[in-house]
Amino acid sequence: MEKNYHVCTGCGLLCDDIEVESENNIVNKVYTACRVGVAHMKEARRGEADFLVDNKPVDEATAISEAASILKNARNPLIFGLGTSTSETQKIAIELAKKINATLDDTSSFCLGPLAEALIQDKLKTCTLDDVRNKADVIIYWGTDPSDSHPRLLSKHSYFPRGTEKQRGWEEERTAIAIDVRKSHTAKICGNYFFQIPPKGDAEFIDAMIAGLSGKLPKTSYNYPPKKILELANILKGAKFGVMFVGRGLIYSLENLEPLFKLMEILNEKANFHLIPMVSSSNTMGFNENLFAETGYVNSVKFENGTAKHGPEYSVVESLKAKSVDAALIIGSDPLLFLPGSIAKNMLEIPVISMDHCETLTSKHSKVYINTAINGVEAGGSSIRMDRVKMSFEPVIETNHLSEEVILKKIMEAL
Amino acid sequence: MTNAMELYQMLPKTNCKKCGKTSCMAFAVSLMAHELTPEDCPPLKDEPKYKENYEKISELFKPSESATETGLIVHEDLCFGCGNCVVACPPNVANDPHGIGSGKAPTNPNKLVLAVEDGIVKAQNLGECRRFGKNKILCNGCIVTCPVEAIEFV
Ligand code: SF4
Ligand code: SF4
Ligand code: SF4
Ligand code: SF4
Repeated sequence: MEKNYHVCTGCGLLCDDIEVESENNIVNKVYTACRVGVAHMKEARRGEADFLVDNKPVDEATAISEAASILKNARNPLIFGLGTSTSETQKIAIELAKKINATLDDTSSFCLGPLAEALIQDKLKTCTLDDVRNKADVIIYWGTDPSDSHPRLLSKHSYFPRGTEKQRGWEEERTAIAIDVRKSHTAKICGNYFFQIPPKGDAEFIDAMIAGLSGKLPKTSYNYPPKKILELANILKGAKFGVMFVGRGLIYSLENLEPLFKLMEILNEKANFHLIPMVSSSNTMGFNENLFAETGYVNSVKFENGTAKHGPEYSVVESLKAKSVDAALIIGSDPLLFLPGSIAKNMLEIPVISMDHCETLTSKHSKVYINTAINGVEAGGSSIRMDRVKMSFEPVIETNHLSEEVILKKIMEAL
Repeated sequence: MTNAMELYQMLPKTNCKKCGKTSCMAFAVSLMAHELTPEDCPPLKDEPKYKENYEKISELFKPSESATETGLIVHEDLCFGCGNCVVACPPNVANDPHGIGSGKAPTNPNKLVLAVEDGIVKAQNLGECRRFGKNKILCNGCIVTCPVEAIEFV
């Protein structure tokens, strides 16, 4: 029997081995996905209105023309979100931003953007998750807890699966290491190879590791036992195929990426190490790549007559803080919920258009709300996995809701 | 789970042998092994002064009602379907090396001990579990690989 597998767009892992049973366009049963993925697949709902203007139901044409007029009247509109949008949608959003001279950004400007940029510019050695499954012998989870954020990373790609060159499995052939400020669920799995460091202690720990790797005595101001660091250095030195999964915990703790570049350089003098960023949303990596292809920047751009300007002042946080934007189109994101209150509240002063598959805090405070199809469940397309592999998917069920892609096209036409 | 010593402390400690065992300690060991139940100790069950302890012990052994033939219990509220146990389970690997054993969807679901369904691990085909039957061995693959202690054997 030919199996019909679906791709889960529940997180940046984009698991491609999901089986689904559905009836009358409702997902009944999901196999192999984690609980996050199941919730995502079953999210399809929902008696909510499709189009709201000022929180009152309207028809499609009214919502589209209202959205278009907001964007047309804005001097400097902000387009933000797109982390779970398909690459096809992201490309249209970039076109739209160009056309209306918008500021364009996604969550990577305050998450893993610098790391994504370094990878796109080939400044760090990387590999695919399939390489990890087939070959990795030393796996580091640094400042990340995939057991919570990407639940199947350990079972599908890194520690537990038997790969073509790792047939004797995790018991004999793989070492999993966690470096974190707290004993996360992932750290628990790593047992004795959990290295607990104080908050903001990462840069020093990197220095100590480099010292250890170079045969010097590793020192930290927080007196981390040198013996443990030397033990760690020895494991790393012996790696035939090492991989470092890097999360926000590490990136937030470093002032810039220099220490990480240096560590990777030294590791690759002694062993063979790769780095993969723990991108959380299904297509943040796609946003970074698509925008880079178009402008040479991965986020935080402002279009002006066809050219793109770039800088921190064009990030969602800074542009809202400075009140430099005078309208916002939010696609598949809820900034009112997750941005710091003092910054988010500035959104209440400008007209907001929000596109999402469910009502959010942002949508409730939007001038226009458009209820969209769920990417990967009700709408197909492609996304870039956290290891930069392109994944294509078909919708799992049918829906009457329009996809983000279709809506953006309609708004473009109405402009 | 408790140990035999803790159970013993909650028993009458009179060694009256009404349970068919030679001592309260032996009874505690049988309780642990699930050979006998708290009701098998008549004084504990019937005498009012042991009422509180009886209830406590009964409570301790309650989950076993939902346990499977190997004593495996999945705490569904804890499990989040990461699949670690599924991929680590040795019979799963042996029976489906290129599916589950390689971290992917099962290609041979009928032979698996553990599989994830609707985001929660389901135990099935317990005959394949290494803890099953006469030749059982104390495998703990599914326990040590779970980040949240969602699997337990009683
Ligand atoms: S790990 Fe991520 S992509 Fe995989 S099933 Fe879970 S939510 Fe979906
Ligand atoms: S019946 Fe109860 S009190 Fe008597 S020996 Fe057995 S366990 Fe102890
Ligand atoms: S005890 Fe061993 S064989 Fe049985 S389910 Fe757990 S891992 Fe599999
Ligand atoms: S029982 Fe534990 S290891 Fe197994 S799927 Fe659930 S959470 Fe993961």
